[in-house]
Amino acid sequence: MQQKRHTDREYEAELSRVRDNLLRMTGRVEQMIADSVRALLEGDVPLARRTIEDDHKVNRLEVDTDDLCLLILAKRQPLGSDLRFITLAMKMVTDLERIGDLAVNIAERAVALSGERPAAFAAVLSRLAELDQNQLREAIESFVTRDAARAEKVCASDDQIDKLYWQLAQEAQKDMAHDGASLERGIHVQAAAKFLERIGDHVTNLAELVIFLVRGKDIRHLGKLES
Amino acid sequence: MPAKPQAHRASAAETAPKKIDVKDLSAGFGDKTVLRSISMPIEDKRVTAIIGPSGCGKSTFIRCLNRMHELSPIARISGKILLDGRDIYDKGVDPVLLRRRVGMVFQKPNPFPTMSIRDNVVAGLRLTGSLRRSTTDQVVEKALVQAALWDEVKDRMSDPGGSLSGGQQQRLCIARALAVDPEVLLMDEPCSALDPIATARIEDLLHVLRNDYTIVIVTHNMQQATRVSDRTAFFLTGDLVEMGSTDDLFTSPRDPRTEDYITGKFG
Repeated sequence: MQQKRHTDREYEAELSRVRDNLLRMTGRVEQMIADSVRALLEGDVPLARRTIEDDHKVNRLEVDTDDLCLLILAKRQPLGSDLRFITLAMKMVTDLERIGDLAVNIAERAVALSGERPAAFAAVLSRLAELDQNQLREAIESFVTRDAARAEKVCASDDQIDKLYWQLAQEAQKDMAHDGASLERGIHVQAAAKFLERIGDHVTNLAELVIFLVRGKDIRHLGKLES
Repeated sequence: MPAKPQAHRASAAETAPKKIDVKDLSAGFGDKTVLRSISMPIEDKRVTAIIGPSGCGKSTFIRCLNRMHELSPIARISGKILLDGRDIYDKGVDPVLLRRRVGMVFQKPNPFPTMSIRDNVVAGLRLTGSLRRSTTDQVVEKALVQAALWDEVKDRMSDPGGSLSGGQQQRLCIARALAVDPEVLLMDEPCSALDPIATARIEDLLHVLRNDYTIVIVTHNMQQATRVSDRTAFFLTGDLVEMGSTDDLFTSPRDPRTEDYITGKFG
């Protein structure tokens, strides 16, 4: 959809900076998911440590974007879709920052495994990470193109991530029950899978916010809120 | 008067009976059309904001509501404006009496500068010949209390109206309009000449007045419209583009032209 530009070009530039920050944060956390899972699957402790260290860049972007949004609210008092955009940007950065934290948590599990590779669960963990990254990309693309239908698909596909997580959790439990020596590994693997599942939830939040931005309707907790 | 704004603020979705019903109103000056086929309700004891860019017909619209538009020799008007179901343009309607029911406050405070504060308040009553001496003091006090000015002027009622600050002068004009006991109050950019503190006082006053009066306010300040009004109408080049609850119109307008206007995209 062709977006009309604001008459005040400085305002337009400020909104663009918020959009750019969100895209940069998304790019960074997507990379962090990929790196943390690769570190876990390949037993690459140095990569895990670098991923943990990289988190501060996401945190910096979160703080900068929040500051910018506050300034825009104070200076411009946005209305209509601009108001929805700024309020959702302030929520999106929180979800993106949490995704970064969860990638750090996965990297910490890779460090805890000290190079041991969870080979039996590699396929499912890879698939979970792949789904998270795809959905994240789709959510942010739907944001850039203001495509609510695309965002709806992201929300719908979270079920697939949940199912994969439960499948892995059950297998990990069985593994731990049969082999006491695998207990520590199993706990770390299950935790990492849980972090990937939680990333899926945050991506769903992002997609719901995009639907609100485009349609002006809040679809969160539909049917679950008291009137 | 104790302010009791929010508790009495109607829910955005809640509609009230129509005090005024504008039907197919067109108006202009000579060959120039300023308003085209406007139809909209103005709900009883609610604040209705009229927004839109300069020249969109906002002021002409509210001047039609108390027949001030026709004071221009080249004014023309068609359509109906029903006040409590009766067309204010019916032949039998006396415009002077109508303007008692539908009072007006203007952009620039316009008290009579050399007239005392007290006489300013009763000026409207004098003009309509309905002043009873025994009740004058009560009327003056009541109007000034309603306009939230009483405490500031009660000890200087003989001072000239022009001696007050801009914000006080505007509240004096509101008191003057209220003194004739109107049902509808039209306000044309009432805060545009005032500083933020004086503006806040007027806005606070509006929250209280809306309990007793139907208010129509023209404003260029969209944040003001969001703060004071229940319903908002967006006018553009003489057309009514969109009207709805203020909460909806400023967060999720239906028409892209409204969206462009409130977000500051003018092409």
